[in-house]
Amino acid sequence: MPIRTMLAALAVVLSVGAVLAQSDPVKTREDLMKQNDKHAKAVVQMMKGQRPFDAKAVEAAFAQWAETAQKLPSLFPDNAKTGGDNRASPKIWENKKDFEAKAAAFAKSVADNRAKAVESLDGLKATIPVVGKACDSCHKLYRLSKRQ
Amino acid sequence: MVRKLFLLAAALAALAIGAFWVLTIPQTVSAGALEPHKPNLANGRTLFYIGGCASCHATPGQKDPTKLGGGLALESPFGTFYPPNISSDPNDGIGGWSEAQFITAMTKGTSPEGEHLYPAFPYTSYQHMSRRDLRDLFAFLKTLPAVQNPKREHELAFPFNIRRLIGVWKLLYLDGLPFQPDPSKPDDWNRGAYLVNGPGHCAECHSPRSFLGAVIPSLRFTGGPTPDGVDWVPNITQFKLKDWKEADFAEVLKTGMLPDFDRVGGPMVDVVHNTAQLTDDDRTAIATYIKSLPPVEGLTPPKKK
Repeated sequence: MPIRTMLAALAVVLSVGAVLAQSDPVKTREDLMKQNDKHAKAVVQMMKGQRPFDAKAVEAAFAQWAETAQKLPSLFPDNAKTGGDNRASPKIWENKKDFEAKAAAFAKSVADNRAKAVESLDGLKATIPVVGKACDSCHKLYRLSKRQ
Repeated sequence: MVRKLFLLAAALAALAIGAFWVLTIPQTVSAGALEPHKPNLANGRTLFYIGGCASCHATPGQKDPTKLGGGLALESPFGTFYPPNISSDPNDGIGGWSEAQFITAMTKGTSPEGEHLYPAFPYTSYQHMSRRDLRDLFAFLKTLPAVQNPKREHELAFPFNIRRLIGVWKLLYLDGLPFQPDPSKPDDWNRGAYLVNGPGHCAECHSPRSFLGAVIPSLRFTGGPTPDGVDWVPNITQFKLKDWKEADFAEVLKTGMLPDFDRVGGPMVDVVHNTAQLTDDDRTAIATYIKSLPPVEGLTPPKKK
């Protein structure tokens, strides 16, 4: 098989994969949340002095969280209440407006605190708990615990 | 003969009713039993936060934990409970209560009107608090704002709406004993054990309950369904958390951050708002005690839908 055909086939496989990921909101939101935790880890370790302050990594974390916040409202359609390691509470669909308002508040918190967090370690320490509260306000009502 | 048997049965029934009545009389603590006390408001504040009073009693829909107007709806298998106003308002709250009435409610589960309180109010744990701590807490509560909001009656199904029956429940499940430290254990372990099993009332959520709504002792701290049945409270014994270090428990209670850099969710978010207000020493004491809980496998949660 000529290289060009192989590359074309590969491109098709990859794009099908991308479309599949797109069309599976449960998987998409799980992946986003896992990425969020990964970035949170880096940032928290900086706050604790376990790794040096790195403005680029902080910027990357805020970019990741901003992406999550922006995508969140579209990732809970009526046909994505279950499946995978789903921990979405049924209360999301009973209070969709409130859920979306909390996602918007999270987006705002990320946007408002970004510049200060990137600026310095002190800025980071002052802003992360604020952003964390925005995470919590949604998780308190709308995320189920891990089934053990 | 039939007449004699009937009379005997009637006498036995009367005796049984009398025994039921006597055994289920709501218990109280008398004012005369209280020695002189100078309240320590800082200690009262600590107890307010470890006690998690605001999680149930704060006025819903606002963020100030010291506005204790009550009225939050708590769904349960028995019906809906509405925690009452415990603000310092003299009419709607506890501003008019005496110390003895407060201690009675916290340790005997009896209201100033002499009625049984439902154990949705965790006096099963609060009964283990020291007199000194109870009085400091009462003094602190009195310093908080008065909120006007009359109490709303619970909406419970028969027979759970018969308060007198709680007297029977108390005979089975209320031991009335103050916390007993274990002299073989270090002080911070004992402090943790007191905070967790007394004011902190952790086991009230982190344990499964029997059909009568009592914590199942052998499965204490192994988690179970939330009262509304929607979620599952995690097992916090070493069966599930053996990889957590003591510092990990303390961190969760301070910042809500889990060892995998995820954050706590559900009702634990409010708990962390409270435990964040404690001293590092108290959080470490709690961590020491929780880390020492022997591994016990809990009930199996229902499969996810």
